[in-house]
Amino acid sequence: MTAELFIQYLFAGITYGSMYAIVAIGFNIIYNTTGIINFAQGEFVMLGGMISITLLRFMPLPLAIVLAVGITMAVGALIEIVFIRWLKEPSVLRMVIITIGISILIREAALHIWGESVRSLPYFVGNEITTTGILGARISPQVIWVIGVCTMMVLLLSLFFGTTSVGREMRACAANRTAAILCGINTRNMVTLSFVLSAGIGALAGCVMSPITSTQYDNGTGLAIKGFTVAILGGLGNSGGAVAAGLLLGIIEAFSVSVVPLAFQEAIAIAILLLILFVRPNGLFGSKDLAGLKEF
Amino acid sequence: MKGFGTKFLVTTAAFCFLVAPNVWAKDIKIGAVLAVTGPASFLGGPEARTLEMLVEDLNAKGGINGDKIQMIIKDTTGSPEKAVSFAKQLIEEDNVVAIIGPSTSGETMSLKKIAEDAKTPLISCAAAEVIVNPVASYVFKVPQNDSFAAQKIFQEMKNLGIARIAVLSSNTGFGQAGKEQLTKIAPDFGIQIVESEVYDKQITDLSAVIAKIKANKEVQAVVNWSIEPAQAIVAKNMRQAGWDVPLFQSHGFANIKYVEAGGVASEGIIFPAGRLLIANLLPDSHPQKAVLVKYVSDYETKYKENASTFGGHGYDALMLLDAAIKAGGADREKIRTALEKIKDFPGTDGVFTFSATDHNGLGIDAFEMMTVKDGKFVPYKK
Repeated sequence: MTAELFIQYLFAGITYGSMYAIVAIGFNIIYNTTGIINFAQGEFVMLGGMISITLLRFMPLPLAIVLAVGITMAVGALIEIVFIRWLKEPSVLRMVIITIGISILIREAALHIWGESVRSLPYFVGNEITTTGILGARISPQVIWVIGVCTMMVLLLSLFFGTTSVGREMRACAANRTAAILCGINTRNMVTLSFVLSAGIGALAGCVMSPITSTQYDNGTGLAIKGFTVAILGGLGNSGGAVAAGLLLGIIEAFSVSVVPLAFQEAIAIAILLLILFVRPNGLFGSKDLAGLKEF
Repeated sequence: MKGFGTKFLVTTAAFCFLVAPNVWAKDIKIGAVLAVTGPASFLGGPEARTLEMLVEDLNAKGGINGDKIQMIIKDTTGSPEKAVSFAKQLIEEDNVVAIIGPSTSGETMSLKKIAEDAKTPLISCAAAEVIVNPVASYVFKVPQNDSFAAQKIFQEMKNLGIARIAVLSSNTGFGQAGKEQLTKIAPDFGIQIVESEVYDKQITDLSAVIAKIKANKEVQAVVNWSIEPAQAIVAKNMRQAGWDVPLFQSHGFANIKYVEAGGVASEGIIFPAGRLLIANLLPDSHPQKAVLVKYVSDYETKYKENASTFGGHGYDALMLLDAAIKAGGADREKIRTALEKIKDFPGTDGVFTFSATDHNGLGIDAFEMMTVKDGKFVPYKK
């Protein structure tokens, strides 16, 4: 393999990987505060893309993206307030069914609003044929945008959780909900906030990805499956792990193309995932003790 | 009391007159199983809308032989399983005289035997040659054969002096059938396929695989065979990788939405397609001109979106049924026999001449090579 080809695969892998990681982080944020997996996470990504594409007709691109992220955050809050908040001690199974239901609901609503056609945002820099040379490989500038924005999001999130008081309160909910309540933290608001936050990062990822992957009403499902895989692989609830696992899965997928036909790409990725889970059931970066404290 | 009796009689008589036509005239029930939503909605959407428009139009003109058409459209979302259960429902419960669709080749193949067993004519809107070869007595199709498209592409490559190519295809019935045709016919034109890759129909990025085939310096051109948005993705990823060998696509590219999705990257893509896309550029003497211009303007006025050759498949399927029912009557067996006798019938896909051995009825001249220039389809000239 030439160095050029290596870099080309690497960038393709990092691009896929950052998308998976962002979706996985969305899963983690909600999982940490509520102990549930929000299967509608992929739909937030789709909503971000679709809303920004619609808004673009009335306003410049940056504003459309900001507003689309804002609207998706509001949708996230609404979902939590309408469907989750009033439940008392819901069982895991019930929550799973509720979130799957929400994801179907959003998907069908999107089908009715935007139709079945494939749309996409314009490229942020240049157009469909603009390329940038990096170390002999040629990639679209949008790839750099995706990688850059995803890195920024991860950094800002870790700052938020590490240094701000709200971030610390959210982590307190994650560590021990009862103790958090005893400390006077309003855990219900924290749950709402976690939905808002993960809807927001999902939507932003949906916007930067849209020029590359295009947006269609049923985009979310595939992404949610990949994101869930990555979240498990990185250890549920562990956002650093999600980033590492996302990049790993993306890069494996990209490089698998050089060895086996493209048709086996998904199979390779899933086979490796299974293998890792056999050896380390709590994910690559999850710890057994921590997993023991969680509901599932 | 007497007054009431008269009134009653008059009312009853009037009621009978109002209801009578609906009781005596029998509706002609035609079923359609189309991928109205889902990944193949590019096909099924325009097909379904075309059928709705045409049925409205035909019924306004008094239906077929004085009987109104009742069109029952089922959305398969592109899934063969759903296509099978809807087709069975249409045949057994709704008792339709014929079925239009499905939109994709994979779905059609799973219905071939069902149509045969139930002795119900099926006019498919999918392109794969295997649908009518070997010929099944009740299965017809309106789109041009893949092999014609493959031959057209190879002829053009020969003209351009291209001998080594890469083939990309999707893992759908259409993609598989196309890949088979390409592999089979390539040696006849002295063309060698040096790279071949199959991708998932829902793929969103192909940059890794483009990098792989680009690394093979022998490749002089790429052929992509699919009906999904991947067609635009291939074009974008190739140009982004700074690779400018000619990109050929199948007739599946004949939808302006893909050109829009690909943006500037779509410029210069070469592909074979029916004449619908260039209806206005045809000479007036062309047998298809009148049909095409009318269909395109009707569709575009009604739905405010560009007409596509796929919607045209729906048009041809229903108009052929219309002709067959006019000739033989609304009966499954009679429709089948009448369809086989149709000759020189100008449709949107070409001029149809069916026979007992040819259930497609089109020749290689039904295709024209086209390209994209300034975001529009134009005839391809070197």
